[in-house]
Amino acid sequence: MSNTVTATPDRVYRDYGQPLWRRLLVTRESAIIALLLLVIVVALLSVRNFDNPITITYLLLDVAPILLIALPMTLIIITGEIDLSVASVVGLSSVLLGTLHQAGLPIAVAGIIAIIAGALGGALNGFLVTVVGLPSLAVTIGTLALYRGLAVGLLGTTAVTDFNEFWTTLAKSKIPGTPIPSITIPFLILLAIFAVVLHFTPFGRGVFAIGLSSEAATFSGINVNRTKFILFVVAGAVSAFAGIYYTLRFGSARGDNATGLELQVIAAVLLGGVSIFGGRGALHGVVAGVLLIGVLGSALRLANVTSDVINIITGVLLVLSVVSTSFLVWLHKQRSKPRRTPRVDSGTPPA
Amino acid sequence: MLFHKNGAGAARSGAIAAIGLSIALVATGCSASDTGGGSTDGDDSTNLAITFLPKNLGNAYFDTSDKGGETAIGEFGGTYAEVGPSTATPDAQVSYINTLTQQGVGAIVVSANDPKAIGGALNEARDAGVKVVTYDSDTDVEFRDVFINQADSVGIAKVQVDLIAEQIGDAGEIAILSASANATNQNAWIELMKSDIEDNHPDITVVETVYGDDDDQTSFDKTAALLQTRPNLKGIISPTTVGIAAAARYLQNSEYKGEVALTGLGTPNQMRDYVTDGTVTAFALWNPADLGYLAAYAAKALIEETITGAEGDTFDAGDLGSYTVGADGVVLLGDPYEFNKENIADFDF
Repeated sequence: MSNTVTATPDRVYRDYGQPLWRRLLVTRESAIIALLLLVIVVALLSVRNFDNPITITYLLLDVAPILLIALPMTLIIITGEIDLSVASVVGLSSVLLGTLHQAGLPIAVAGIIAIIAGALGGALNGFLVTVVGLPSLAVTIGTLALYRGLAVGLLGTTAVTDFNEFWTTLAKSKIPGTPIPSITIPFLILLAIFAVVLHFTPFGRGVFAIGLSSEAATFSGINVNRTKFILFVVAGAVSAFAGIYYTLRFGSARGDNATGLELQVIAAVLLGGVSIFGGRGALHGVVAGVLLIGVLGSALRLANVTSDVINIITGVLLVLSVVSTSFLVWLHKQRSKPRRTPRVDSGTPPA
Repeated sequence: MLFHKNGAGAARSGAIAAIGLSIALVATGCSASDTGGGSTDGDDSTNLAITFLPKNLGNAYFDTSDKGGETAIGEFGGTYAEVGPSTATPDAQVSYINTLTQQGVGAIVVSANDPKAIGGALNEARDAGVKVVTYDSDTDVEFRDVFINQADSVGIAKVQVDLIAEQIGDAGEIAILSASANATNQNAWIELMKSDIEDNHPDITVVETVYGDDDDQTSFDKTAALLQTRPNLKGIISPTTVGIAAAARYLQNSEYKGEVALTGLGTPNQMRDYVTDGTVTAFALWNPADLGYLAAYAAKALIEETITGAEGDTFDAGDLGSYTVGADGVVLLGDPYEFNKENIADFDF
């Protein structure tokens, strides 16, 4: 079905207003990457011990769950939906891994079951959003409470901590000879898959089209519900994988693991330039957004800034990034109003 | 077409916004990092930079204990710092432990949010030469050098059971209002209280344990629910400072005041009103300031290699006198203290 809407060969848009290098460099994503580099340079120069290679190890270990979940979250937000239940799926998968391991299953089997459970959790979200037709915000607030409740209920007051040392060491291990943690490898593989799917396939173009206009996407032959359903299932599975990593890294399966993580993920995705209204965003911006929040937190902690101040700074950063964009769009419209008519005339030579 | 034009404009404006933001951010980043410098100085021979990492910040109990630590560190001329997460979760503590490892502090004094989850990070810190003292809430033995125990669990459990037994005439139904269901020390005390009651107070029955999550409002609501569902309830034990204060606040203005006894672990400043007006007869606690004070001296002794954390090691703890490390590297602060109408005015914490 979606193969019927592959790209139209000859573009009939106006000519690009700006040269290629400007279109590539002057984007929101590039600005976030520049900001990230800037923060890294400032931190290297002014924060003691930030230049230690172990900084990057701890940083990546800390942000790995956010990086992982940000991938499917980006696609979901681009379609104009949201998934608030991801952190609860992390908690549920953590508890499942713990209880199944305690019951005698090997970690690998318990992990696969946890991922399947995560996918099922995502499928429930997807079913309620697409088939029943409820808004994803309401659905996933409900499942946020539901999955967290199941997680806490399953394990009760205890925590499972007797994990095989092989697995807990593996979760924290580094790629030999580098300070980069091994969890980066599965992340990069997933990143490559998500990037190709989002930016280079009809499915990915469908994701953007749904976010811009769900109706238009339907009329151009995109199966909107199927696309959304797949995305929720993938988000559940990836969150469950993040939950397994989380559990093994801390060697502790608890019902309250990763409480509140969904907000960090969504904050990073929005900071990375994805529009909360859907239709706009790119994965390199999101990765930079996650790393920006991570680097900022790490540098500020090293500089002995208290957690409240760190929260304030990341909060202000997020609000500013959202507000300033809207403000400048408005400003741009105001400024360009008088010049609109002549520009439309000159801007329509057929390609 | 029109749409595309707007899209391009939005992208460019977004870029301008982000660049403007970066300038603002660099300014914040600079000023923020300036304030935090210089806390890890003094790594010549003995690095007496001692950092307290409580379960979470903004908790009056840890404010008091860490102030005690600050006093001690001031006495022996070390560098005091306190860092911590805003919510009491183990993963947030791990980030801080990692940061302190990077900073190369002399010792971390930590109250563990999970006995195992922060263990890996603590071991990495110790591999890097950082001494680890736990206080208030311990980790598993292999993850720290010394644990400063506020009072042994048996003593804490016993004093609360004795208080409630005395107040309800050694017979009747009681309930327990605890902190979170995962809290290490509360769970240990509750188990001991239950077995103490079973062995020594056969006429008392523990009918329910409810969890207020160390949140004032939740604890208040749980108390209300408890009293309404259990009409025969004679007493409540709340082994957490947040819980007992919330429960007392409910009792004070309810029909149950004077009918249902309340005791547990509380701080004098929180409980002063309730003890003065008779809502609560007596409660128990150790002195958290002494706990932090002792923890700081233990950290100093470890850094200076006076002790290694082995059983039988002795060290000097300033005004508190001399202490000996017990089995499993545990240092016991002393017996819990009983606060009542007569003595509560002597305390301010």
